Amino acid sequence: MTDINPENLGGLDLSSITLDYVTMTIGGQLFGVPVLLIHDVFSPASITPVPLSGNEISGVLNLRGRIVTAIETRKCLGLPHRDTGEASMAIGIEMGGESFGLIIDSVGEVLTLSGDMYEPNPANLDECWRQASKGVYRLDDKLLVVLDVEKLLNFNQSLAA
Amino acid sequence: MDDLLSEFLTETAENLEVLDVELITFEKSPNDKTILNNIFRLVHTIKGTCGFLDLPRLEAVAHVAETVLGKFRDGVLTVTPAAVTLILESLDQIKELLAYLEHNASEPEGDDKDLIARLTLAAEGGLSGEGSEAPSTAHTETDAEALERAFEEAEVDVPFGVTADVLENDETENEETPLTSSLSKPTDQSSSVQEKNLESSLKNQSIRVNVDILEHLMTMVSELVLTRNQLLQMVRGNEDSEFKVPMQRLSNVTAELQDAVMKTRMQPIGNAWKKLPRIIRDISQDLDKKIELNMQGAETELDRQVLELIKDPLTHMVRNSCDHGLESLEKRRELGKPEAGQVTLRAYHEGGHIIIEIEDDGQGLDVERIKEKILSKDLVPAAELETMSEQQIQRFIFNPGFSTAEKVTSVSGRGVGMDVVRTNIEVIGGSIDLRSVAGKGSIFIIKIPLTLAIVSALLVDSGGFKFAIPQLSVVELVRSGAGSDSVIECVNKTQLLRLRNRLLPLITLSELLGLENINSDAAPHDNEVNEEIAPTKTQSKAQFVVVTQVGPQRFGIVVDNVFDTEEIVVKPVSSILRHLPTYSGTTILGDGSVIMIIDPAGIAAKVDSHESDDAENKVDAVTHFDRGMDTTSLLIFKAGSGESKAVPLSLITRLEEIAVGDIEPSNGQNLVQYRGRLMPIVHVSPGATLKNEGRQPVLVFADGERSLGLAVDEIVDIVEETLDIEMASQQPGLIGSAVLKEKATEIIDVSHYLTQHQSNWFDNTSDSTKISSRRILLVDDSAFFRNMMKPLISAAGYDVTAVETASEALDLRDKGAAFDLVISDIEMPETDGLALARAIRQDDKWGEVPLVALTSNTSAEDEEKGFEAGFHKYVSKTDRSALIDIIHETLTVKGSAA
Repeated sequence: MTDINPENLGGLDLSSITLDYVTMTIGGQLFGVPVLLIHDVFSPASITPVPLSGNEISGVLNLRGRIVTAIETRKCLGLPHRDTGEASMAIGIEMGGESFGLIIDSVGEVLTLSGDMYEPNPANLDECWRQASKGVYRLDDKLLVVLDVEKLLNFNQSLAA
Repeated sequence: MDDLLSEFLTETAENLEVLDVELITFEKSPNDKTILNNIFRLVHTIKGTCGFLDLPRLEAVAHVAETVLGKFRDGVLTVTPAAVTLILESLDQIKELLAYLEHNASEPEGDDKDLIARLTLAAEGGLSGEGSEAPSTAHTETDAEALERAFEEAEVDVPFGVTADVLENDETENEETPLTSSLSKPTDQSSSVQEKNLESSLKNQSIRVNVDILEHLMTMVSELVLTRNQLLQMVRGNEDSEFKVPMQRLSNVTAELQDAVMKTRMQPIGNAWKKLPRIIRDISQDLDKKIELNMQGAETELDRQVLELIKDPLTHMVRNSCDHGLESLEKRRELGKPEAGQVTLRAYHEGGHIIIEIEDDGQGLDVERIKEKILSKDLVPAAELETMSEQQIQRFIFNPGFSTAEKVTSVSGRGVGMDVVRTNIEVIGGSIDLRSVAGKGSIFIIKIPLTLAIVSALLVDSGGFKFAIPQLSVVELVRSGAGSDSVIECVNKTQLLRLRNRLLPLITLSELLGLENINSDAAPHDNEVNEEIAPTKTQSKAQFVVVTQVGPQRFGIVVDNVFDTEEIVVKPVSSILRHLPTYSGTTILGDGSVIMIIDPAGIAAKVDSHESDDAENKVDAVTHFDRGMDTTSLLIFKAGSGESKAVPLSLITRLEEIAVGDIEPSNGQNLVQYRGRLMPIVHVSPGATLKNEGRQPVLVFADGERSLGLAVDEIVDIVEETLDIEMASQQPGLIGSAVLKEKATEIIDVSHYLTQHQSNWFDNTSDSTKISSRRILLVDDSAFFRNMMKPLISAAGYDVTAVETASEALDLRDKGAAFDLVISDIEMPETDGLALARAIRQDDKWGEVPLVALTSNTSAEDEEKGFEAGFHKYVSKTDRSALIDIIHETLTVKGSAA
């Protein structure tokens, strides 16, 4: 498990491997992102909005000298936007040599999830969610949606192309 | 040791290390073209550099090795282990030579005939059979076999890599090559000690630091700055804190550290040019040419990383300019060009980019030969080729394997150069283009984005957000609104600023970026565009106009506040934001906040699209402009004072560049022999003088046998725009000013110059003109005159339709067109003006329309005839103010209500 290359994570068959996930909530739903992908967990502060950019982009911020593009996951999932003052967290992700921050509601714990708990996206899942989800893990008490980080960060490239 | 040499050694050593690895990979997959191309380029670079440094032995070896590789690349030779071994052997030989060079600063005695002979043989196919080398001597056979064996076994315990006979006199040195590779391991203890010493001597002068480390340093310093700022903030509150003094010290040290780290990354481009004078000198000797190298803007600072990457391409290009661009000495003499060819290097910042130009005054690119080459290489089907513009064809030289040099010289000509150049430049996100005129020379333009550089930027506030505008494009700042003389005015919601009697188009940053919504909306990144923004709102409070210049375009960016100018480090915007043309980068300010850097070029494009939208809206909305808006092609040029001037393109017969030597003063005029006649040359700007040397750009106006050359300083562009003269001019020679490409431009009154220098210009030209309720019909058979009168009358505020013949005019009448005034020439072929007037009078439709006759014969007798025919007024063609007066008068008397 430890020798999995984070870059290749996208191509893995999740039903056949066991992976560590960081859990998080977005709009009340439990999500998970493989630990290998996450560089940081931070509290987003002083985000500079980027006018004219897509709705999903919160803006840019300075994370220890690096410029991080912050993505509002709620927008990606078509959820209502955050009320002012509502708590938020961010997970830092590196992709293609660039830094991104996914803004979420809160971060939970790290879970080791095995393949037999995994199922691909349910057929009746909303299209918007289907784009952002890589499948679902059946936890004992609830369901955990695997956030498809790569797709999430690609939304604008396809848009701009 | 020579700086140049030591740099070469370090660089080549690195290259060779790469080569070893590449070659081994290559042998495993001989069909991989990318690897082969890489190898080829590396060897080519080594060869090229050797040439300049006068290292004939090295050069010779590299040259043959390159030949063999070239044959691999072209598929002439198949790649066999034996052949690769041979290449490796020659690389080892190069290493040995380099090692010697490093210790002694000169090449060892002797030559490499033997190796070269085998390489040449290989190039001719002598080694093509699997493992069946046909070496020229028994000695080399063993050598090659040893190499091969060694290569295959990977573990070698004998030092080798040199043909031992070559460097006999330097046995020990051979063994201590500091350029360790899997193939040459020194076994001797003593020699490795020596090796250390030698290595250090070379490396003490400069340290090669991985850019990542510099980048990391930079990041850490930014962090330090942020922390310092936080601390400062904490201490600020209480003045006599014990921390105050240490804080100040920390602050200073941090600032210095920041400066120093920044400096490690920035270097003047002159550093990359240092090699060039010597290279030029050597080339000029090699090729027997006289070459003068001019360097401008050497102080332009570039990010170190960028600099490294463009160094080689630049060298290649300069070499190309000298070798292919400049003609031979004899040819230049024949052509009457100065013997010394000029190669000019220029570097400057422009609109968020660094531009590097390499210009030569040589023969230019031979388009025909490029075409042949394209066809012979089957790059493009012949039919398609025919449709391509000259420039498109010229750009093919950037394709791999493309060289138009007739023979392969040691300087260049293997078609590797431009290909490498393009690849290297594209790696750093730059672009390369060229302009070439046969016989006049070529200019290569490299454009490198600023993404890695530090720029000085103006920090502004708009709608509560901070932005940076690169200082380079900022021309001036104007304060407007409350308590200021400058007032922002609106025309149909388009904002304009009067700036020194010119109208400056404005764009409000907050509107452009939709910042109003961001503020009003709870969600800070809602992107729906608020359509209606009250036009008066902007005038109530004080605002600043950042007058910005992008290329020829000048416009104002309206912002709420202007802060400081700061040196900022440009960081590229994230790929998911890169499609936004408004930003050229992001930066972190001293206080740790991230702000976007505005790309003035992107804004300029927005200004453009806004304007054209408006133009369309106008056409839609205002129905009585049913004839739409004619666009006119205008030639923009510079003459005299800085402002651009323009003249309708259709008036110009030809654009010429006349050698200054051909211009002869005579009787107070400058004359030139042009197409068998004497043509006067007049400078557009009365005070200005013609150029002293080189070629003078001239706009040639010809009508029949007469011609006049208007000398200008520089031809800038041709634009297709609606000619909307905003301000009529009283100054002779000017019709007025119009905004072309967002820039106030003076429209030249060509007639002024023509009549001034050829008083009889308008005799016999026959024109006729008509006008109707603010719409004027102009009938004139001379295209020249029509084109001149049209802008003139539109300058006076009328809508002009011009036709060539009387019958066209009558056609218009029959189709139901209505005009308020008809201006017609008298002398016209077929139906003359008088007949036209009679025809118009006879018909009810236009029966009442005033007719004005234009003529160059204004005798009382002629006038009488005209009035009989039905003309109301007579006016001389050369008297433009009288014409305008008459139009005004006639239309006012008529009381036309339009």
